[in-house]
Amino acid sequence: MTTATQEAQTQPQGEARTVPANRPLFLLAYLLIGAYLGLIFVQSEVVSWFRIQEMFRFQSFHMYGIIGSAVLVGAVSVQIIKRLNPRTLTGERVQLSPKEWGDSRIPAARYWIGGTLFGMGWALLGACPGPIFALLGSGITVMVVALLAALAGTWAYAALRPYLPH
Amino acid sequence: MLETLLGPWPWYVAGPLIGLVVPLFLLLGGRAFGVSSNLRHMCAATPTPRSWKPEFLRYDWKSSGIWNLTFVLGIALGGFLALTLIGIPDAGQSISEATRADLRALGIQDFSGLLPADLFSWGSLLSPASLILIVGGGFLVGFGARYAGGCTSGHAISGISNLQLPSLVAVLGFFAGGLLVTFGLLPLILS
Repeated sequence: MTTATQEAQTQPQGEARTVPANRPLFLLAYLLIGAYLGLIFVQSEVVSWFRIQEMFRFQSFHMYGIIGSAVLVGAVSVQIIKRLNPRTLTGERVQLSPKEWGDSRIPAARYWIGGTLFGMGWALLGACPGPIFALLGSGITVMVVALLAALAGTWAYAALRPYLPH
Repeated sequence: MLETLLGPWPWYVAGPLIGLVVPLFLLLGGRAFGVSSNLRHMCAATPTPRSWKPEFLRYDWKSSGIWNLTFVLGIALGGFLALTLIGIPDAGQSISEATRADLRALGIQDFSGLLPADLFSWGSLLSPASLILIVGGGFLVGFGARYAGGCTSGHAISGISNLQLPSLVAVLGFFAGGLLVTFGLLPLILS
């Protein structure tokens, strides 16, 4: 008891709330996973406006194959993780908080309205958030304008959030 | 081997490799894989007076988001490695002939690289079509992703992997919006 109290007192307040995933070694791991993903994004052409057009025109299996097989691998791993319930490398339990349906009078409003708006943006820009960063890194510097616009969109949502059905 | 690396990586290689990020995220830090929440962290990190920020952007982005921001920095680094180590694939050449024909009919002429340079370059940025595509598209991506609570990674990959119905609704929305733009708006914008 005493030691726990002492520990709590010696810990600065901000420190106690720090997410373990923010420790330097973990940050390096996230940087490397990001680099791995960015490299695959570019080499498989999922960052390409041409490929997104091809997908929305149903003229190739490429994008469907990528998203479908990624989901398959993801779903099988999630099932295994749920069965084994392992501790993470940060020592926590895996958090798989389900998405809430929301309490709007319009059923699932945020998912289909927000989803449709996002899809419109995806088809116009030909890139979703991950690919925006990969394209920036691969030398398409004009994407910095798209990133700023996406930040403006995020900010606009934050401002309008109290008035939108969720 | 080198030729295999240079062409577009096939879906059955790229898809499973992307899917592996879902368990990597869960086992490393216990968090779900998602990119677009970083746009929120970046807004929250913007150095403006606190009173300018909507409630949604007032939180401790450092403790909840540094790891995720490091991850997107990594994605950009991956793009740079692709450029310098392997080279950017010519997606405009590897897409189906049918798509090229459709896009040619819309006035697109440059099929080299990842994006049509006629629309996505600094030189064309101020043309109405480019502004709608880059600024309008970017804005909707940011707005829609936060409204829907996730983007392609958070809903289509992480969400459906966890068999979440709301994510399926969101993905159906992604497609509804994409089809609306592709077959409804794009011919108007590019004409």
